[in-house]
Amino acid sequence: MSTNTNSAAKPGSKAKSFFKSPARITLLIAGIFLIISLVEVITGATDISSPGTSGATLRFAIPLLMAGLGGLWAERAGVINIGLEGMMIVGTWTAAWFGYLHGPVVGILAAAIFGLASGFFHAIMTVKVGIDQAVSGLAINLIAAGAARYLSGIFFPPVGGDRTVSPPVETLPSFSVPFIAPILNSIDEKNIFLVSNIAGLLYGVTKDLSVVTVGFLLLVPFTSWILWRSKFGLRMRFSGENPMAAESLGINVYRTRYIAISVSGMLASLGGAYLALVASSVYREGQTAGRGFIGLATVIFGNWKPSGVFAGSILFGFTDAIRVRQAESVTALILAAGIVALLLSIFYTTSRRWKPAASYFTIGLVALWINRSVETIPQEFVTVFPNVATLLVLTFLAQRLTPPAMAGMPYRRGSE
Amino acid sequence: MTKSRIFWGIVAPTAAIINSLFFVYIILKLRGVEPIEMFKLMVSYGFDPRNLVSEINQTVAYYMAGVAAAIGFKMLLFNIGIDGQYRMGAFFGAVVGAAVNLPPVLHVLLIILVAMLAGGAWAAIAGYLKVKRGVNEVISNIMLNFIAAAIIAFLLSPNLLGSLPEGSQNLQTKPIPSSGQMPTIKAFEGEIYSFLFIAVVVGIGYWIMLNKTVFGFNLRATGLSFRAARASGVNAPRMIFITTVLSGAIAGLVGIGTLLSDTHSYSMAFPSGYAFTGLALALLGRNHPVGIFFAAFLWSFLERSAPVLEFEGVPPEIVIVMQGTIVLSIVIAYEVVARINLRQQQRAVGSANSENQIPVAEQVKETK
Amino acid sequence: MQLSNVREISSVLEVIGVEKRYPGVVANRDVSIQIAAGTIHAIIGENGAGKSTLMKTLYGLIKPDAGQIKVFGSEVNLKSPQDAIALGIGMVHQHFKLADNATVLENVILGSEPTRFGFVVRYEEARKKLIEIAENYGLDIDPDEPLSNLGVGERQRVEIAKVLFRGAKILILDEPTAVLVPQEVDELFANLRELVKKGLTVIFISHKLDEVLSIADDITIMRQGTTVATRKPNKTNKKELAELMVGGELPKPKAGELKVSPESILSIKSASYFRADGRQILDGVNLELHGGEIVGLAGVEGNGQSELIELIMGLIQPASGSVEVLGLDAATTLTREIRNAGVAYIPQDRQRDGLLMTAPLWENRILGHQFAEPMAKSIWVNKGAAMEDSKRVVGEFDVRTPGINVLASALSGGNQQKFIVGRELTGDPKLIVAAQPTRGVDVGAQAIIWEHLMQARSKGAGILLISADLEELFSLSDRIAVMYSGKIVSILNPAKTTPEDLGLAMTGAKSA
Repeated sequence: MSTNTNSAAKPGSKAKSFFKSPARITLLIAGIFLIISLVEVITGATDISSPGTSGATLRFAIPLLMAGLGGLWAERAGVINIGLEGMMIVGTWTAAWFGYLHGPVVGILAAAIFGLASGFFHAIMTVKVGIDQAVSGLAINLIAAGAARYLSGIFFPPVGGDRTVSPPVETLPSFSVPFIAPILNSIDEKNIFLVSNIAGLLYGVTKDLSVVTVGFLLLVPFTSWILWRSKFGLRMRFSGENPMAAESLGINVYRTRYIAISVSGMLASLGGAYLALVASSVYREGQTAGRGFIGLATVIFGNWKPSGVFAGSILFGFTDAIRVRQAESVTALILAAGIVALLLSIFYTTSRRWKPAASYFTIGLVALWINRSVETIPQEFVTVFPNVATLLVLTFLAQRLTPPAMAGMPYRRGSE
Repeated sequence: MTKSRIFWGIVAPTAAIINSLFFVYIILKLRGVEPIEMFKLMVSYGFDPRNLVSEINQTVAYYMAGVAAAIGFKMLLFNIGIDGQYRMGAFFGAVVGAAVNLPPVLHVLLIILVAMLAGGAWAAIAGYLKVKRGVNEVISNIMLNFIAAAIIAFLLSPNLLGSLPEGSQNLQTKPIPSSGQMPTIKAFEGEIYSFLFIAVVVGIGYWIMLNKTVFGFNLRATGLSFRAARASGVNAPRMIFITTVLSGAIAGLVGIGTLLSDTHSYSMAFPSGYAFTGLALALLGRNHPVGIFFAAFLWSFLERSAPVLEFEGVPPEIVIVMQGTIVLSIVIAYEVVARINLRQQQRAVGSANSENQIPVAEQVKETK
Repeated sequence: MQLSNVREISSVLEVIGVEKRYPGVVANRDVSIQIAAGTIHAIIGENGAGKSTLMKTLYGLIKPDAGQIKVFGSEVNLKSPQDAIALGIGMVHQHFKLADNATVLENVILGSEPTRFGFVVRYEEARKKLIEIAENYGLDIDPDEPLSNLGVGERQRVEIAKVLFRGAKILILDEPTAVLVPQEVDELFANLRELVKKGLTVIFISHKLDEVLSIADDITIMRQGTTVATRKPNKTNKKELAELMVGGELPKPKAGELKVSPESILSIKSASYFRADGRQILDGVNLELHGGEIVGLAGVEGNGQSELIELIMGLIQPASGSVEVLGLDAATTLTREIRNAGVAYIPQDRQRDGLLMTAPLWENRILGHQFAEPMAKSIWVNKGAAMEDSKRVVGEFDVRTPGINVLASALSGGNQQKFIVGRELTGDPKLIVAAQPTRGVDVGAQAIIWEHLMQARSKGAGILLISADLEELFSLSDRIAVMYSGKIVSILNPAKTTPEDLGLAMTGAKSA
């Protein structure tokens, strides 16, 4: 009789554990900064770590973060929310309209409430009635888009907007972090290699911060706390991993999903509110521009963790920011990425892991070649970078990803 | 049981439409307009001959999207990638069509073939990922839709495959010469795309494939019962891949009617949204070639007649809301019907079991 | 039933005269057991003996139609698993209910989390409690280990920890060793002995005699829905237990004169198969089948029979060894080609594997035969032939149906089965793989099906008959192969086998 081997430790865990210690991570980040600073000097693309870029990154990242958190809450509970885009639209419209009527604070509240309602609607459709999750999501996208345009046509023209743009809304207060921001600014202006770059970057995210931004950023640790420290979070996770097991232990999976999906809608909607009230000061038709779907992408990219969603949204926000500001930065960035890839391949060669070494080497070479041959990367490709990145992650890193095991699959109470 | 299937087959979509009409009725009432008047206005505008023509032309495009979606649905596959596949088909069909010069019929056939190949190839990416890597086809197709749009936008730049004709703001592909154009049929004071006939052929082909061929049998069987199909010898991964590609190939034809009879080149003005429309039509038409046709016509009718509402102060986008609620109502209706049927079946099985009495044998018991 | 007072006091669980009926089936009849405190009490029986119904009743999932259940001396009325848990009864399921993407601690405490303000989980406190339980009962588990790292035996320990965490004093284990390898079985038994030393009681459902004799303090045998006897391991032996499990006399074969052809229809040599999670399901199976004979495959469900069938049909591939079907290598031949070569398949689960429930009957005639004539002509489906032949099958096999256009789901189970058998026996197949061919079928239809199978045999077909119905096996088979733990452990002659021979083989007892 043969022996049953216990499932071996997951592949790649050794490499992961190498990067686990905080000291090593700081070293890694410092290393990346060094490379970026070098690249800036070499290529003259000085905008990569400028305060303008980091500020823009944050502004682009927040809506993606909110959509991503929305997607996370739903998927962790077992439902893939294709309707995030529609729920974001709900947020942009309600925040602008109610913000115009009663001020931006009411606008945010309105977005939260209507977002919660749209999430709850999605929950009833998918959990109680049991229709296909994708159909419900798509229908919500369509209805939300149609409703927003319909209502815009009715309400906006009489008060100074037109059918595609709302009347302008007051902005919310913003502030710069006291003491720290001015110091960072002065260091940046001194133009010392590396140090100024880091200072500049940090200055960009500490000046002109909206309270909303800070609040939304806090939702990341808040979500982590809910998921791993609270009773609801534990039950929510099991609703997505093994709802039958949860049911066998007396948990009401339906109710857990109602709550999680409603919150999902609220978060997406707040992301939309940010677009309307902070990133701009109007509702504009088409404002969301597919960010709801990018939100789904960040969930995958972030391996279904709040910190991962944050990292993903920063990354995608960053590429959006440099594309808009200075197109040459993109090519410079590719050079930096190429150098990092080559260094990684050296690292893997020393630990004798030939396959990753070879792949990183190829990636490094390709990156260098692109940098040599192209002046500016076409806009369209940069815009679509998040989509490509997600597809690549899904294709090549499928084994490392740990999605909630039953996300997207139909579940009925009492089924076995 | 078949009679009741036909019954529900008509009742469910009709109920969904009525439900949606009712919903819109309320919204219009709130707006302060008389809904019945609005509906009458839409109907008369919609059936105006000039509008009928463009509705029929749009129906042709929607029909293709619907059939593409239906092919996927029969195997429980959700082809939300129709948007990307249609663009690929229209773009490459236009580019290749403009680059060659063949005798008329051949030229048109080549364009159609290229469109199907492009659409099918694009769909194959998602299909491959699903079969080989288990990637959820909804997510991958959503990403691929964006990527397709980006690639085409890039290729449309003047120094690549696009051109900017005088007096136009739109980048487009080079025009297809007349040998690659399809004539239009003059009717109702307008011009109907002759591609309509291709649509009919596609519809018939779809029906024949599904009901008459072994491949179609296997396709339906896999959708009805994955396990039974597998036990009967169907190679499931291969079926999934082929069906995905086939669906993509049909999706590639969505924009060809317009391309061959109207614009003769591809530009960014080609609309989006065919993915959801296709899926909605397949649901509404219950994956039936005739049902999808009526659903497609309904959709185009609603869209074409909507602007008339504007004159009464009602933004035409109300129609989009209507379409969304029709889809929701339909799927809810299907779900409810399925539950009723299931309960009926369970009751039947319960009573049937009592026919099969299994006698319990006598046995020797021991005292403990 | 007379009970001494002494026994009554020390019985921690008593079942008295419990009965449970379903439409057409009596699952439990006059079931009575006394479980003494601090013991391991095994309940053994083969398929259909009523063990799982009884177990579900004890756990509150099923309400008995008659009889009493007494826990710790007082009568109880269990309405749900929550009631059972409150009384200290915990069930360790055969199919684990665990989430891979969570830690051991999280899996254990889910649903019974200690909280502050009802919202924040007191993980520290829970961890301490779990560690205490683990140490107390000798369970080797690490609360913070991600479940994905755990092997099968360890996962079972987590399931045990789950019930202990909720204060179980009586544990019910349903076929716990079905998924374990010998080493893990030893570990489990050590754990169980530890639990019992600390005063807990364990009820252990199984069909494996060797294990039961080594671990149990008391053994209750169930057969055909009722409790037949109770023995102490040191006062009985495998032979007696096997005989009690299987019953008095076995049916006599009816198949008639044997005319075996030399042609090998099916030849399986040293076939092994591993499931995706690494567990070995088949271990060096050897089986030969020739034309003109019926080989019965006996054995308790779950010993590899389903996988063996899938190997033969080419649906899965063996890890080692060979499977030759009508001269074709099943590992490299497509299922459809195997079918086309003349293999018929009557699947065990007719509704999931044998029919398209929501398709009309005539389309179901095509199922499994769509790759060859007469159901198909090159790429076209031959609807006419399908309809014609469906009518024939319906007539010949007495399928009660309003017509051939009705959906398969409209037919009763028995009629569905008759249709499937009729479909598969068409065209004189050379190999017939028949899994539970008369399950759910009334006596009259059973006779018809048996008749057809015996006819096929006399025409030279080879039949592999997998069945849990001993009467069917013994009436039809020329030889009976017994499967246990992924191996063919013995080949029996139905005319000369005693119940104890059969019982011993089916329960894996090495020769008594």
